[in-house]
Amino acid sequence: MNDQAGKRMKRGLTILGIESSCDETAASVVVDGRTILSNEISSQIDIHTLYGGVVPEIASRKHVERVNQVIRKAMQDADTTLDDLDAIAVTYGPGLVGALLVGVSAAKAISFARGIPLVGVHHIEGHISANFLAAPELEPPFICLVVSGGHTHLVIVRDYGEYEILGRTQDDAAGEAFDKVARAIGLGYPGGPKIDRAARDGRADAIAFPRGKVSDAKYDFSFSGLKSAVLNYLNTQKMQGNEICVPDVAASFQQSVVDTLVSRAMAAVDEYHYDKFALAGGVASNTALRNAAKQACRERGISFYCPPPVLCTDNGAMIACAGYYEYQKGTRSGYDLNAIPNLPLGER
Amino acid sequence: MNILAIEASGLTAGTALVTTDGTPEGTTLVAENSLRYKKTHSQTLVPLMDQLKQWTELDLQTLDAIAITSGPGSFTGLRIGAATAKGMGLALDIPIIPVPTLDSLAYNVYGTDALVCPMMDARRSQVYTGIYEEKDRPVALRAGCAVPVADILGDLNERGRQVILVGDGVPAYREEIRQGLSVPYFAAPAHLSEQRAASTAVLAAYLWGTEGGRCLVNADDFRPEYLRKSQAERQMEAARKEGKLSALAAGNLVKEERKEGLHDSADL
Repeated sequence: MNDQAGKRMKRGLTILGIESSCDETAASVVVDGRTILSNEISSQIDIHTLYGGVVPEIASRKHVERVNQVIRKAMQDADTTLDDLDAIAVTYGPGLVGALLVGVSAAKAISFARGIPLVGVHHIEGHISANFLAAPELEPPFICLVVSGGHTHLVIVRDYGEYEILGRTQDDAAGEAFDKVARAIGLGYPGGPKIDRAARDGRADAIAFPRGKVSDAKYDFSFSGLKSAVLNYLNTQKMQGNEICVPDVAASFQQSVVDTLVSRAMAAVDEYHYDKFALAGGVASNTALRNAAKQACRERGISFYCPPPVLCTDNGAMIACAGYYEYQKGTRSGYDLNAIPNLPLGER
Repeated sequence: MNILAIEASGLTAGTALVTTDGTPEGTTLVAENSLRYKKTHSQTLVPLMDQLKQWTELDLQTLDAIAITSGPGSFTGLRIGAATAKGMGLALDIPIIPVPTLDSLAYNVYGTDALVCPMMDARRSQVYTGIYEEKDRPVALRAGCAVPVADILGDLNERGRQVILVGDGVPAYREEIRQGLSVPYFAAPAHLSEQRAASTAVLAAYLWGTEGGRCLVNADDFRPEYLRKSQAERQMEAARKEGKLSALAAGNLVKEERKEGLHDSADL
């Protein structure tokens, strides 16, 4: 036996994760749910920027063009062959159905062709699991705030794969609000990073935008009122002939979103007495949100977790990680696995 | 040469297995299955392949190529088929033989002096269509295109020859055809009128026999031939002409398609 074969023998449970739910084609090889051997992400953001947002048909077509190369690259970077894999994990929802179908179809075909077990993974479960990759010591239970372009969920992670949803957005997702406001103040797509950057030169207390409240559900979110308030403000200023200070609008809007998210999340931490809190999802890359959540956790003396930006964005590693814990529980998907665009968290 | 064919471009999902030495007499259709019933292609396609494999005790490692009906067709169906074929190609390290959907449909009919006109319902009052003559394989007199039904009917009338119509566009536009087609025609019966994996498989065998390696495409590089740009791309072209690219980038022009994407045509 040569050295390389020896190394392979010692390797733990090896999972290929495939993700294609929106505008990133991604694949990754992860060992034992915690060690990332490769993390290949092919982003389509440049194309969708031309359209001011993700165009589903274009996203689906690009996934088809890139899916094999991305998987191949992930396997090569990890020095892994298909024979080394214990399972293939793939996002099957929620997301854009045409986009999801590409990853699901390719994953099923590889699983079928080589007899490799298949595990369908929930996209949000993937985002939450990114924290396990970033912090090897982290274990459930903890409270997690998942914020992205399509999702805003406040969740108790009771155990691996076991969730209790405390609240969610009743209208726009947080990331969606960033995109819409960025569009309105001429920053363009993608709104999250562009507002984050513009806000650094602005005053967060320049304009008093409302903090969205939902009267009958204390952990739910609402961002459409805030969005309207920003649009009204812009209109009023325009009608009065005032120049708009983009950094101030960006900073004040961002502060309102961050206050809303962090106050709800910390209310849950206080009520349920967990000593760990985690952020997840694309919007978790936002510097103001990270800083505010970190500060709030420090004040309470609890541990704060947040994956690095490369694991906050859609990626295959988080899917492989979530797939690992599902695999350990005995979850296996059949060749009839379908893409489910509105798949609820915690259901199979 | 063992070829596994995948069909997912229309309402019927199917798979077929052929062995061939590259000649028509040396080509055997070993097995074929197809399904047009309730479930989506995503739910049925790989199970159909699995069934085919079990029936024929097929060792997948003995496959030499994956044939696929490469488009036009339902965007969603084409993608399910393409991603499946590409995954098979990657996993088994074999190439893909793309077979244009209209060629495969025209190959459902054989040995006739009549013209053959495949017509697939492309929605929005259009059909994916072409006009073929049957030689030892279908030869296109008019290449595949997406056009209004009246356009292709007018073309057929001008050619003045008897025509056999195949495809799901025929029932969809039966009234327009009855009123607009002045040459003698008949519609192919149901078993010849739908995309079939067997036609794709046998045509792939023919292509390999006559063209050899030139018909093979690396699985990584294969992409379907949609024959139609996405609505957003058409808006992009219009915006470029009208100097409205900034309005496009501001997200003001493609709202409808974005909404539709959430519900896409998941029926396939």
